[in-house]
Amino acid sequence: MKQRGQLPRFPFDERDLAKFREVQQLAYHCAEQVAAWIEPGVTERQATAKLRRSLVRAGVQDFFHVPFAWFGDRTAFRHFHTPLQFFAGSRVLREGMPYVLDCAPVVDGYTADIGYGGKVGENPVWDRLAQDLRVYRELILREVKARRTLDQVYAAVDAQIAEHGYDNRHQVYPGRVIGHQVTRTTARGPAGVNLFGFGVRTLQTLGRELVKERLEGRSPLWAGGRASRHAPTPGLWAVEPHIGFREVGIKFEELLVVTDEDAYWLDDDLPHVRRWALQEGTA
Amino acid sequence: MTGRSTEIRRRTVDSGGLKLAVYEQGDPSRPTVLMVHGYPDDHSVWDDVAADLAVDHHVVRYDVRGCGASGAPGGREGYRLELLGQDLFAVADAVSPDRPVHVVAHDWGSVQSWEAVTAPGSYRRIASYTTMSGPCLDHMGFWMRHRLRRPTPRHVSQLLRQGVHSWYIGLFHLPVVAPAAWKLGLARLWPRVLNDLEAVRPRPGHPQRTLAKDAVHGIELYRANMRPSIARPRERHTEVPVQLITLQRDHYVAEFLSEGLERWAPRLTRRTLNATHWSALLEKGPTVAALVREFVARDHGALRQEPSEGGELVVVTGGGSGIGRATALAFADQGARVVVCDRDLPAAQRTAELCALSGVKSGAYQVDVSDGAAMAAFAKRVAADFGVPDVVVNNAGIGHSGTFLETTDEEWRRVLDVNLWGVIHGCRAFGQLMVDHGRGGHLVNLASAAAYLPSKVLAAYATSKSAVYMLSDCLRAELAPHRIGVSTICPGIVNTNITRTTTFSGLDTDEQAAKQARVSKMYARRGFPPEKVAAEIVRAVRTGKAVVPVTVEAKAAKLLGRISPGLLRLGARINAG
Ligand SMILES: NC(=O)c1ccc[n+]([C@@H]2O[C@H](COP(=O)([O-])OP(=O)(O)OC[C@H]3O[C@@H](n4cnc5c(N)ncnc54)[C@H](O)[C@@H]3O)[C@@H](O)[C@H]2O)c1
Repeated sequence: MKQRGQLPRFPFDERDLAKFREVQQLAYHCAEQVAAWIEPGVTERQATAKLRRSLVRAGVQDFFHVPFAWFGDRTAFRHFHTPLQFFAGSRVLREGMPYVLDCAPVVDGYTADIGYGGKVGENPVWDRLAQDLRVYRELILREVKARRTLDQVYAAVDAQIAEHGYDNRHQVYPGRVIGHQVTRTTARGPAGVNLFGFGVRTLQTLGRELVKERLEGRSPLWAGGRASRHAPTPGLWAVEPHIGFREVGIKFEELLVVTDEDAYWLDDDLPHVRRWALQEGTA
Repeated sequence: MTGRSTEIRRRTVDSGGLKLAVYEQGDPSRPTVLMVHGYPDDHSVWDDVAADLAVDHHVVRYDVRGCGASGAPGGREGYRLELLGQDLFAVADAVSPDRPVHVVAHDWGSVQSWEAVTAPGSYRRIASYTTMSGPCLDHMGFWMRHRLRRPTPRHVSQLLRQGVHSWYIGLFHLPVVAPAAWKLGLARLWPRVLNDLEAVRPRPGHPQRTLAKDAVHGIELYRANMRPSIARPRERHTEVPVQLITLQRDHYVAEFLSEGLERWAPRLTRRTLNATHWSALLEKGPTVAALVREFVARDHGALRQEPSEGGELVVVTGGGSGIGRATALAFADQGARVVVCDRDLPAAQRTAELCALSGVKSGAYQVDVSDGAAMAAFAKRVAADFGVPDVVVNNAGIGHSGTFLETTDEEWRRVLDVNLWGVIHGCRAFGQLMVDHGRGGHLVNLASAAAYLPSKVLAAYATSKSAVYMLSDCLRAELAPHRIGVSTICPGIVNTNITRTTTFSGLDTDEQAAKQARVSKMYARRGFPPEKVAAEIVRAVRTGKAVVPVTVEAKAAKLLGRISPGLLRLGARINAG
């Protein structure tokens, strides 16, 4: 293998991490508010509007990307042919449907990028997927801690998906990414303005990172290809395994902290983790 | 009591968002008779039959979608048979949630009721079926195919005569013409047509006031369903007792169209009535009612207790991965109960769990298909736990690459044991069960494009698959009289786990692993998903197709083998491993 550049040192201090944790809590909190309000008859656009309003009310000034909401088989990205289909549409929520909310608020340059899966009414397929999602959270952490290259971790996730009998839905995202690096946005573009769904400041920061990392033989985007054939870069990664079965898709997205020699999830007090703990308690 | 039987109670039933107008008469505690009208009628065509039966039955009629007081779907898609069949179940569930209903249908109502009657597990909702002048389009598709393939003078004459009877169907496929005819006066002339051609005397309240609109909507029935069903008929069987009333003077449906119907509906009773297409209902209502009364009163209970209670039963070997798992899921998705076996028990259990998510019963067993005694025991176990399967997919198989001289005895034995003996054991154990059971079935054997595409580096594998191919051909002939179909599936390159377990002659462990990784990558890049093979397998079972190459390379090789076998033999020299 080609010699790669030295990995940079972990760039954040405890105060930074606390800030990131706060924004991530805020994002999940708003998603839960929308989840409590959502009901059959609501459209995707209404859901994203509600999500945006509650984030802004909570003090969010800018977005890493615009909020997304997917209902029904759109949670599994079925019949997606163009990236435009990611944007919230007129799909109406019906009894028994799954949904996914995805938002990425920025506060003082600290970014969170979260994914929240839910359902209205009964849906046994969703229940099963939601339970199995836990395996991926544990697997990814284990693999990253073992310092496997990012493309190897991606392949391990793929193998787990195949074993489960599901399919990989994160490969539908542009670049087939399962995650991306998150840094403090320090760009000076106008806040709150977005281009193709991404905040202008995001694009500035992301663009700069892409160039810088590329030069080091690394990528701020985490996918299955050659560009990810490097050890996990110290810093923060938003990781979003997205699995699907038939018409149902589910994911979580949260920040993974990769330090110089270890890794851990930034926060364990999140809705999906609490749900698993609860199930374990009742099982 | 009398009041109950004459009073008509109106209600609406929701079927997938569409509102159906439903008319009930008679005592709901009596057996329910559900009547489905044809084209271009509405529920009132049953007035006489209903009045007669309502004395001692719970009689329910509805206006089919697009007719009378029922809602009309937006486009042609909304008139697909599948939806029409769902309408029938929706009404049955609403008016008789706890007991199956007796269906009586005429003309297009009969065509669409066949869809419901031949749905898997329909006997749970339908106790009996009386059909008049409306064949199952799929049966008709097979009827035509059979005659086109064997054009004896008798067959040709039948085809021609039914063609003449069906002139109006062609007309209905013409744009503009048919709707215009109804709008421009045919609706007004209809009583005259019935009187002159059908021997139906004019009567008050007939035809319905909505005739012109109904007739125009109903044209979509023909346009949405005739062509696909006839061109690609599905095998539609039913366990429901069927009473076929043939109308001797029917201008539209010829009597010989029902030849061989027993193949699809083994519990068939045939009756004839001296009537025309419409005089049966509008002039001889009481006679039809008497036939229905007698049929409904028969004890049909016996068969419903048999083991295939609970719907179609499908067994898949090697169901823990790849094509096997995808096939199990595809059948479960159609409501079948699924039993999988595999060497790898946790993998098989996972498949069974995924099947259960479709709300069907499923089971998983650890079995090595190359072990004859184990397979025999497995078949027994399935019969005891679930019943005799309707479909068995012999799928378990392993890959091996090596030239003839490189391949060791040990390797030959392993490949033949699993790929060939596994299929032999499966066909024998389950084939015998099916024959003894006497209710038909279907065996599916996984061969491969390698069965007819020679390659010097696949000596053992291709030999095993070629044997499976021939075995299936012989077996098909043997089991045909027992109504057991046999399909041979020949996939090309499919992205599954098989490449990760394929062995290579003459390589050490490290070289094996490297080779497996390389071939896996190649298969992944080809990217043909096992789900597509599964869909072909389900289709082969539904249509009774004998040999099914899947993927373009498999199809191309088959074609090439016909037009230029020499080229295939030359190609076999390429080191494709
Ligand atoms: N994948 C392809 O490209 C391809 C092409 C043509 C034909 N086929 C055939 O399709 C069938 C399924 O293959 P696949 O691609 O899904 O492979 P796979 O390896 O993904 O699955 C095969 C399954 O069979 C099981 N199995 C193997 N030997 C067994 C035994 N002795 N007893 C019980 N179970 C056993 C395995 O554990 C596995 O779960 C095989 O017969 C194969 O030869 C595959």
